[in-house]
Amino acid sequence: MLHRKDLLGLQETSVEEIQLILDTAEGMKQILSRPIPKVPTLRGKTVCTLFYEASTRTRTSFEGAAKALGADTMSLTVAASSVTKGETLKDTILTVSSLGPHAIVMRHKMSGSPHFAAKYTKAHVINAGDGCHEHPTQGLLDLFTVREKKGRVEGLQIAIIGDILHSRVARSDIWGYTKMGASVRLCGPSTLMPVEIEKTGVTVCRRIEEAIEGVDVVYMLRIQLERQQAGLFPSVLEYARLFGMNPKRLELAAPEAIVMHPGPINRGIEISAEMADSDRTVILDQVTNGLAVRMAVLYLLLGGGASPDEGTDET
Amino acid sequence: MNGNLLIKGGRLIDPANGIDDQLDLLVQDGKVGRIGKDLPAAESTETMDASGRVVCPGLIDVHVHLRVPGQEHKETIATGTLAAVRGGFTAVCCMPNTSPPLHSRAEIEHVLRRNQEEGHCRVYPVAAASRDLKHETLVEMADVKEAGAVAVCDDAYPIQNPGFLRRMMYYATMVDLPVVLHCEDKGLSDGGVMNEGYVATLLGLKGIPRTSQEIAVSRSLRLAQETNCRIHIQHVSTRGEVELIQEAKSRGTRVTTEVCPHHFSMTDEACITYDSNTKMNPPLRTQDDVDAVIEGLKDGTIDCIATDHAPHALEEKEVEFDAAPFGIVGLETALGLSVCKLVDPGHLTLPEVIAKLTAEPAKCMGIPGGSLGLGDPADITIFNPNSRWTVDAGKLSSLSKNMPFHGWELPAHIHAVLVEGSRV
Repeated sequence: MLHRKDLLGLQETSVEEIQLILDTAEGMKQILSRPIPKVPTLRGKTVCTLFYEASTRTRTSFEGAAKALGADTMSLTVAASSVTKGETLKDTILTVSSLGPHAIVMRHKMSGSPHFAAKYTKAHVINAGDGCHEHPTQGLLDLFTVREKKGRVEGLQIAIIGDILHSRVARSDIWGYTKMGASVRLCGPSTLMPVEIEKTGVTVCRRIEEAIEGVDVVYMLRIQLERQQAGLFPSVLEYARLFGMNPKRLELAAPEAIVMHPGPINRGIEISAEMADSDRTVILDQVTNGLAVRMAVLYLLLGGGASPDEGTDET
Repeated sequence: MNGNLLIKGGRLIDPANGIDDQLDLLVQDGKVGRIGKDLPAAESTETMDASGRVVCPGLIDVHVHLRVPGQEHKETIATGTLAAVRGGFTAVCCMPNTSPPLHSRAEIEHVLRRNQEEGHCRVYPVAAASRDLKHETLVEMADVKEAGAVAVCDDAYPIQNPGFLRRMMYYATMVDLPVVLHCEDKGLSDGGVMNEGYVATLLGLKGIPRTSQEIAVSRSLRLAQETNCRIHIQHVSTRGEVELIQEAKSRGTRVTTEVCPHHFSMTDEACITYDSNTKMNPPLRTQDDVDAVIEGLKDGTIDCIATDHAPHALEEKEVEFDAAPFGIVGLETALGLSVCKLVDPGHLTLPEVIAKLTAEPAKCMGIPGGSLGLGDPADITIFNPNSRWTVDAGKLSSLSKNMPFHGWELPAHIHAVLVEGSRV
């Protein structure tokens, strides 16, 4: 089990913990391939999703993971909640906690919000993305996918391309990949590269060709179109030209290199249509693996020692 | 005023008069009556034993937000000035970003009247430089000066238009008021919440580059030189600012400066827990900047220590880091932090630090105080430099408790504070 209350980021998660989550996710993925992909391990537990930002896949993935383990789910949607009436995050957390969930899965547009929330609840807080800080379960599912496709993470060369500055995925991936022994190169517009990021142990490349040469994994980040409107890069066209991934560029990478993306993709911008549809691209595997990894995280935080295979299938 | 008081056996440190010696001090009719070795106590004279303690001029803080009028849920004159004397201060300059701002005779007189009614120390109001802090219309500077304002200022609403800044300097020079400046180019700070650097990168928080301060300082220094205006630059906190000011002083620009205790006591590493009590503007910078402001204090580039005491209610600060207002309270920890971070490590001597908290700030604002010459008002602070105390945010006299020093053990326990000879 994970001997921690919350999962807020991969920066403070140990190699052993990451290893445990990935290994546990293997078993979960097996459960998901059964005719009835459901176990009662977390029966009687409640998982609350609290999303302050629109999200389809992450929320659905967490809810699916909770249900596959037999847990009940509750969800609080921002638009329908009292947040719009000016309730503070502290009060929302106290209120949600009073409903008795065992875990709160939280997404918020401000960095550090789940850390703040965790102070006011006994429930396990799982960060499902906070501002530009971290998105640890995305980092874990990316690690899981790389390990599945490449057989290992240690010793691999991985390039992350795009808006590093605003990306919580990039931060979790950097911690995850470097902790597990891979080398990471970053590339993106200089206006979207956070200062002193090299101190995390990564290499920053100015040109994409330099970044992807010989790498085993090319990880493309989603570019938010409002960054262009904010004047951080001149145009979508120039962005695609300088930083877009296509099959021709992929020839620079290692022969069996794969292309990843956290979704949703901007087809034709950071990833060309041919690239998106290529069998070198593993975006949909990432989505499936996300379910397994989130099952593992919920189980390891809430499971209290029961093996996920104990008991009979519920339905 | 009350009767006489003989303060015996203390170490009298009065930098304005070059005194650092074991001397007795007799307070007579609210003034400094006599100073000397082993002064005899007349029968009617009360005696205070100050042995092992430092006796110095009452501290002066030129940068305090008393929040009156209009924000009395954060601080009042009563609580703010009580916090001041608990911290050893006998005079404070209060900032004009209130609601309404201190932008006319009416608000200045209001603050002074409230202080007469409920205050514990001297209060010198600083007027807004522009009507409604909008940087369009100059305030009636001669009138606010006559009402009691000691300077004009743009604190919390930094002037972006250099044309307005230049006019304001010309006009303030004519009426002989110092111009107090919060130097920040908003185009560069642009929504940032902490120092731009490795820590902000890790935390995913928007950074404020040092250049947002340095470019505004540079511009202000040039304009001060051109207009021959006397300016005071608030909360110097980057190495680049120190260098720019050093160069301007060597050219003879009429500039004085301050540094806040938090800017020489902490770095941006303190933000790592997302505690909104580490969020202030200008932000906590890096160790290199801390080293630079300490060097600036040593060589005189930085004239004084001021707190930027910025009270905010609990519910305002107890929110997400991005959503929290900037600022911390500082009156009650300023002396302790100064002794702890400047004297104990050997950067400055105790008399040097006391000068930066008494005579120097008085000079910066052109206000009385900061001196214990014969006949001067007996504004006196007595503290034990070695006795240590633990900061308890819950026990602060300030109405607000927003500060990152809770639980810190600090030296310099305040023993007694006199304002015009009366214990407060």
